[in-house]
Amino acid sequence: MFPFSFEWVWDLGHLVFHGALWYALSILGIGLTYCILKAAWQASRGEEHEHGHH
Amino acid sequence: MDSALIPKGVERCPLGRFLAFIAIVGAVLLWGVVAMFLIYIKGLNQTNMNNAYGFALWIWADLAVIALGGGAFFTGLLRYIFGKAELKNIINYAVLIGFVCYSSALLILAIDVGQPLRAWFIFWHANVHSMLTEVAFCLTCYFGVLTIEYIPLILENRQIERISFFRHLAHNMHGIMAVFAATGAFLSFFHQGSLGGVSGVLYGRPFGFRSGIGIWPWTFFLYTWSAAACGPCFTILVTRITEMATRKKLVKDEVIDLLAKIAGWMLVTYIAAKIVDTVYWAAVTAPAMGFTLMDFYTNNPGSAYGLWILIAEVGLCGVLPALMLIAPSVRRNARLLFLAVLLAVLGACLNRWVMILQMQAVPVLPFERWFTYFPSWQEIATTILPVAYGIILIAFSYRYLPIFPQEAELNPLPEGGR
Repeated sequence: MFPFSFEWVWDLGHLVFHGALWYALSILGIGLTYCILKAAWQASRGEEHEHGHH
Repeated sequence: MDSALIPKGVERCPLGRFLAFIAIVGAVLLWGVVAMFLIYIKGLNQTNMNNAYGFALWIWADLAVIALGGGAFFTGLLRYIFGKAELKNIINYAVLIGFVCYSSALLILAIDVGQPLRAWFIFWHANVHSMLTEVAFCLTCYFGVLTIEYIPLILENRQIERISFFRHLAHNMHGIMAVFAATGAFLSFFHQGSLGGVSGVLYGRPFGFRSGIGIWPWTFFLYTWSAAACGPCFTILVTRITEMATRKKLVKDEVIDLLAKIAGWMLVTYIAAKIVDTVYWAAVTAPAMGFTLMDFYTNNPGSAYGLWILIAEVGLCGVLPALMLIAPSVRRNARLLFLAVLLAVLGACLNRWVMILQMQAVPVLPFERWFTYFPSWQEIATTILPVAYGIILIAFSYRYLPIFPQEAELNPLPEGGR
């Protein structure tokens, strides 16, 4: 649910629940996007990295 | 035939034997799929759930696999946040086991929800006063985290890794895994807790109701705690079973010992808190609602629940494995360690059973009798379905992905090997 949905109410419950949800999703989305874009950039430049990253 | 896909430096059984194994487990999986489609086509009347048991075998299975899948978040927390570097040798398997557990939980929920096409309602038309809404949010997001943690393992397959983009992607994802692991720990804390909170806030059911802090009943904290304690035990248990099945040593003893020691101390503190919680509930909370402890364990015709289940949960599957796991001599003995982690895992499953199914069996009105329930074959088949799915996914992952970093070192190939 987004703040522009008709069911949205500006109260603590909605802010905490949906704030935490969108915060977590944003971290995952930004992290994943960063990894994909960086990998695409590295692959296009023919870069190599050392093994043993666990 | 598939040797080009098998990780370097390790040996796998012949493809024919592997496929025969998959076919046997696949038959069980198929049985579950048939039951699943029966439920989708004919509806929840295929189950033995009733007005007394709105939560039944599926919800128990859900809560049990989520607790046991807690090994992924807790091991990740120890590895990436607390810097326990030794655990890098078991974190891959912990992630895989967590992925299996959480995907199984979502699969069961997709059956249990009755109308899966409306499953998205909980996100869009969210009831922000419900702990189950929080569970749905965190469970889904955390499954996303586990998928993100599992993807680099797939990308490290010998053939996939040859593609430059995938090789870099796996490397980059490992590089910021601490961010994902921290997010996963945050999400796990809340959904594990809220699953416990669901029974703890039911003031109409004195067997489950607990006092607490603010809006959080004590069961909120106990569930998270028990998942952090028993999840790693499940990881160790599955690792040992995999070692038995493959007849190989896959993880060094010192790694298992460290994880077992941490799990042991978590279990000691959890079971101490659980005992205090049980005593307070029996002496204060339940009497304040007109019940005595023995009302829940005696005079229950038609029910098998007696004091034995409390003793089994807290004593045999709680105190005993906790004491065993903190003793170095027990941890060094493979058989005793196996017994200890098995008891701890059974304890977590028993705790979820008690808090879900026994809670609903207890009558809450003076004229009611104990409610009985036995699952239908469709419920049993769809509960076994994720187990078969998990075995198949683990088998494929073990065969084609570098899950165990120490395997090649522990099992050197003879001269001329791959």
